[in-house]
This record gives sequence, C-alpha cells and structure tokens, in this order.
Amino acid sequence: MTTPTAAPEQSATADHPEILRITDLKKYFPQHKAGIIRRPDAPVKAVDGLSLMVRKGETLGLVGESGCGKSTAGRTLLKLLEPTGGTIEFQGEDVTHASGSRLRALRREMQMIFQDPYGSLNPRHTIGKIVAAPFEIQGITPPGGSRKAVQELMARVGLNPEHYNRYPHEFSGGQRQRIGVARAIALQPQVIVCDEPVSALDVSIQAQVINLLEDIQDEQQLAYVFIAHDLSVVRHISDRVAVMYLGKLMEEADRDTLYEHPLHPYTHALMSAVPVPDPRREAGRERILLQGDLPSPQNPPSGCVFRTRCPKAQQRCADEIPLVRELAPGHRVACHFPEERVVV
Amino acid sequence: MSVTATQPTGSAANADHEAFLEVDDLRVHFPTDDGVVKSVDGITFSLEKGQTLGIVGESGSGKSVTSQAVLGLHRRTNAKMSGRIALDGQDLLTLPEAEMRHLRGNKMAMVFQDPLSALHPYYTVGSQLIEAYRVHHKSTAKKVAKSRAVDLLGRVGIPNPKRRVDQYPHEFSGGMRQRVMIAMALMNDPELLIADEPTTALDVTVQAQILDLMKDLQREFGSAIILITHDLGVVADIADDVLVMYAGRCVEQGTVDDLFYQPQHPYTVGLLGSMPRLDQVRQTRLDPIPGNPPSLINLPSGCKFNPRCPYTELVPDRLCFTEEPALAEAFPGHRSRCHIPPEERSVVFAEALSKRGDRADSIKGAADDRSRRTAETTRRDDADDRAVREPERGA
Repeated sequence: MTTPTAAPEQSATADHPEILRITDLKKYFPQHKAGIIRRPDAPVKAVDGLSLMVRKGETLGLVGESGCGKSTAGRTLLKLLEPTGGTIEFQGEDVTHASGSRLRALRREMQMIFQDPYGSLNPRHTIGKIVAAPFEIQGITPPGGSRKAVQELMARVGLNPEHYNRYPHEFSGGQRQRIGVARAIALQPQVIVCDEPVSALDVSIQAQVINLLEDIQDEQQLAYVFIAHDLSVVRHISDRVAVMYLGKLMEEADRDTLYEHPLHPYTHALMSAVPVPDPRREAGRERILLQGDLPSPQNPPSGCVFRTRCPKAQQRCADEIPLVRELAPGHRVACHFPEERVVV
Repeated sequence: MSVTATQPTGSAANADHEAFLEVDDLRVHFPTDDGVVKSVDGITFSLEKGQTLGIVGESGSGKSVTSQAVLGLHRRTNAKMSGRIALDGQDLLTLPEAEMRHLRGNKMAMVFQDPLSALHPYYTVGSQLIEAYRVHHKSTAKKVAKSRAVDLLGRVGIPNPKRRVDQYPHEFSGGMRQRVMIAMALMNDPELLIADEPTTALDVTVQAQILDLMKDLQREFGSAIILITHDLGVVADIADDVLVMYAGRCVEQGTVDDLFYQPQHPYTVGLLGSMPRLDQVRQTRLDPIPGNPPSLINLPSGCKFNPRCPYTELVPDRLCFTEEPALAEAFPGHRSRCHIPPEERSVVFAEALSKRGDRADSIKGAADDRSRRTAETTRRDDADDRAVREPERGA
C-alpha cells in the first residue's frame, strides 16, 4: 500500500493526515424533455459545488434530507459515478478522471458499505464467494489462501466462519450487513463510504453494527464517510459532520460544535425535528417546522437554495448565493445570516 | 385497566366502565407448513378517546399484526384469532364481515406505513378520497364528497388542495402522500385512528410536521390513536401510554414517563441503552442487546427474552428458563413481565442505564420521588460531562 510516511499516529484528530479531498465537486444528471424527440432539459444538479476533506482514521458524517445529494456525493467520490466537475484528490494525488488500472488500484483503497443488506449481496453467491470477490477482482492471493482470509474476516465481523458456504437469504438483516462490512474491509482500504449502513436495521441490531464499525476503525485507522439521515447515529459515530441541502454544503464543523452551537438555520430545523427519547426533555423542546418540501434539484431557487423554506430568508438571500465561510476554525457555514441557537 | 387508570375519566370512572377500545388476551396465530406462527400471543390493553397509545417493538414482534387484528384485516380462514377486541362495547372478533366493513374506514381507520403502495396509482387522490367517503355515505353527492376531500387535504397541510385533489399519487412527494393517507383516514371522522409506522419512511423534518398534525387533529376531533413505531423518540413525543412488545407478547406497559424513567423490563432497558441520542455527548460504546429476536415458530422456553437477557443469574432456580413470567404490576399503572423482584429491578436497571450518563440522574430522581410527576428533570452540566468522557475516546 502507498501510505505516505506522514505524521506519526497521535490521538488528536487534527494531527491525522488528510487522505481524501474533494473540491467544488459537481454531479449533474442530464435530463430529457418528454416526447418522441429527445430534447435536452435542465440537468438535475444532485451535487453542486461540494468541498470536503477527510482525514485518516476519522469519521465524517454527511447528513441531510432524502434528495439532498448525500448518496450521490458518496458514490461520486468513490468514482462509482463520473463527476461532472471539480476534483477528487486521494492522498494528494488527483484521481478525478482516473480509469482502467489506476482506478482499480484506487478501489483497493476506497470501499463502500451499502444501505440495503438485501439488495447489495448477490443471492446466488455464497458468503465465501461474496467476501472473496475483492481478492479475485484485484488478483490478490492473500497469505494462507483466500478461504482462510475470508474465514478470518467473517470471524472478525462476528459471523460464524463455518457459515462460509451459506447463501445470503439464510442470514438476518444485521448479519447481512456484517457480510457487507467484511467485504468492504477485505482489502484493508483507507476509506470506506458507508451509505446509510444501519437505517434498515432494528434498533437493537443497529447498535451492534455501529459498535462493529467503530472497532474496525480503531484497529485499522480507517476513515469513514458516514452518510445517514439519522442525526442521533451520526452524532454518536462522527468526528466531524457536514450538513447538505439540495446538493450544496450548508454547514460543516466538528461534531460537538455542530450539535451544540449550530449556526445555519437549516441545521437548526433539522436537529430540532429529531425527537429525543426522553418525554420530559422532549416536552420542553422547541420544534422549528419547515414549510413545504424540498425544491426540485432541476430548478433550484436563486441565491441561497434553502431560502424558500428558511424562516430567516430576506431579499439578499434571493439575490446572492451565500459563500461557504469559515466563521471559526473548522466551522464552515453557507449563510448570509448565521446565528447560534440551542436546538438539541 | 391499569394503563388507563391513571387517566381520570370523569363521570365514567366507575368500576365496570369499559374503555373505548378494550383488547383482552388477544391471540393471533398463523398455521403454516413449518408450524404455528404465534404472532400475537396474549395482548391486553385499553384505550380511551383522546388518548394515544404507542406500541413499540422490533420487526416481527407482532405490533402490526395486533393493529390489523383490531381493524379485522386478517383473513379469518388464515389466521386463528382468540380473545376479545371491543370497540365501544362491540366485540369485533365475532362481528360478521358485513358489519365489520361498516366500521372499517368509518369508526376506525388506519394510516399505513408506505403511502406509495397503499394508494392506488391509477386513480387520482381525489377519487380515492371520495370513494372512502361515499362507501359509508351512499346518498351523498360526489360534489359534496369532493368538497370534503378538498377541505381535508387543506386541513392536513397540503398547499393548493383544489388543484392537488385531481392529481395522481406519483405527483406527490413522500410527506405529501402520507398527508393524503391521513386525510383519507380522517374522511369519516374516525373515533379510532391506527397509524402503523406513519413516519418511518419520511425525513425527520417531515416526520415532525406529520406528528404535529396528528396531535392537532387529535385535539380537534378527540380521536383515540394507536401509534405503532420502533422509534422511542417518536413515542416520547406523542404517546400517553406505551406498550412494549417482544415475540408476540406485551413485556411492559405503562405511562410514557414511567416507561422512560423507571423501565421495568430488561428489553426496554436494552432498547433505551442501545439507542444513540441526539441530545447526548457520546459515550465510548453503545450497549447493544446481544443476539437476534427469536423465531416465532420456535420460541425459547420460559421467558421469551432469556437468550438475550443479561440478568438471568439474578433469578434463582433458573426460573427464567423454565417458567414464563406473568404480566404483573410493578407499581400502580405499570406492568411488566419479568421474574426479577420489583425492588431489585429498579436498582439493577438504574445501574445499567447509568452508563448512559445523564439518564442516571433522572432515573434515580424518579425512584426517590415517585409522586413527583411535574418536577423538572435533573439538568446535567454538558460541559462537565464532556470533560469526563472525552479522554475515554481514543481516535
């Protein structure tokens, strides 16, 4: 592996070297007008100018409502989708347009865990075959043979290695998600994009998988990009959190700053909407209700994309796109009128 | 009944008063080739008008089957049902299908989890709402029914209802579709509204809107609501009483405050302990319930929770493995199905939850002063807590 020598391992997150950086990333999906003749229509701007950075061994939470582009962002930065614009740098090297053998080498370093534990495993393949697939594709023979490696991986994620020859339908949702984790860590990648890895699981099983992800991270100094809509889970697992809305970054900060001192009105609304499992505290919380629905990403509002639902919107918000500004070290906000508010 | 006993019901508070909805020892069994699936095995609860009952449990715990039984949605040839479901004094299990049809959608209605598959894609939203109304009001003109549909769509917060009423379900977003479902359920002013995971498929911002809407509507119409969910946050927000289900049984039942601050069953304690919380700084690890929910065909003997319960050694004679505990009163208005003696329970469970930091304060506080229902929760000092926990976290 090509890990640069870089900084020595230190406990403080800030000292961990940067591993992945995206700058002004764009992903547009071209659209066509209805009818027999295919005429181009305005593209869907799923991700529109997103800049983020991930450090070694840390978890970056990516949150937002459905349709905000967080999954597209995750897929684009893994190069599962070809970016429309912007750059992706992995360990300082521009990989935006990597293809062929370069891309295959990159895939060793960057893996993905999918949301749907049913749809992401081939029902006709045994677990052994599924988890060994990364070795096969990369043309690697792990020491001791692939069967042994797979069984070690299965044990590592809490599955019985004897179930090597079973098929996905013989496992429960939580176990299937463990299979997905085993496959993702098989090549010892540097970055794993987790796209809603626990949202399809029951509460009691969720906690098991979250703990597993954290254990593996501690052992292997993995970086996670953790995409989720559950803000409670994100608070638990993330070191830094980025909030997206309609393809754009609204706010980004380290976890405690974001949850305790959020500045963007969208972050306020999002957090105040999450019910807390504590009736007395819940009764005392103020809920900021957003009106209406997410606007179409094909035709986003002028100026600030959030202005159509923002309780603080003014004329300026319609005229001028708010730039992402760093208001405190590491705390970036895209809002003309940022204001601290306690919402949790 | 114990759950409703805490609610003063005024003039009707005499001893043989029957609640609006009474479910007594309900059992729903499905015979299959592999054996009998005991989806619901002895559920008892009651619900007054204007109250909300939250039913919590994992997938397969029988919560949806219970609600479908109340609505009479199980085919009687497939499902073996016993017990009693009484709505306003009328036993629903013995009611002929024709009369059941008269109640369904009229006196009691349901909001389904997935609005896209519950709405017909081929008909406009308006025609589906009109149908729901005219089925029970045959002599009503279409025009009248349509104006009612428009009115209700507006009430549930759909902008521009006059235009939207003629649109198809696919033209609505997820949140808007769920509003249509609620509007449809309200078409006939039901006295009992069953909402089966109404917000699970929705974003938190939309979920907040829908829960608010349900609270408003309850205030306005005084309906009884059964809310089925797996999200304890939603329960804390909206329910008055809670029923926790596990493997087709009720394992704990009580008011929402008691359940959260003085849980009396290891499963509830486990659920509270395994949930990451928005309002809490993270502790090093979550404390999950080990193992998986049991198969409903092949249930463990004794307490159904015993394979996942960390407290079985506290009970002498391996009682947990041989005898199923009864649903017994732990303290007034609160029942649970556990062998651990109530006095011991509060100590052990408070200890388990104290791993969760600030919860310990509120739990101990509640145990000290059970009569205090209105007092403020102990407020923690965030900064201090964090200072204590931060070093635990290795990067």
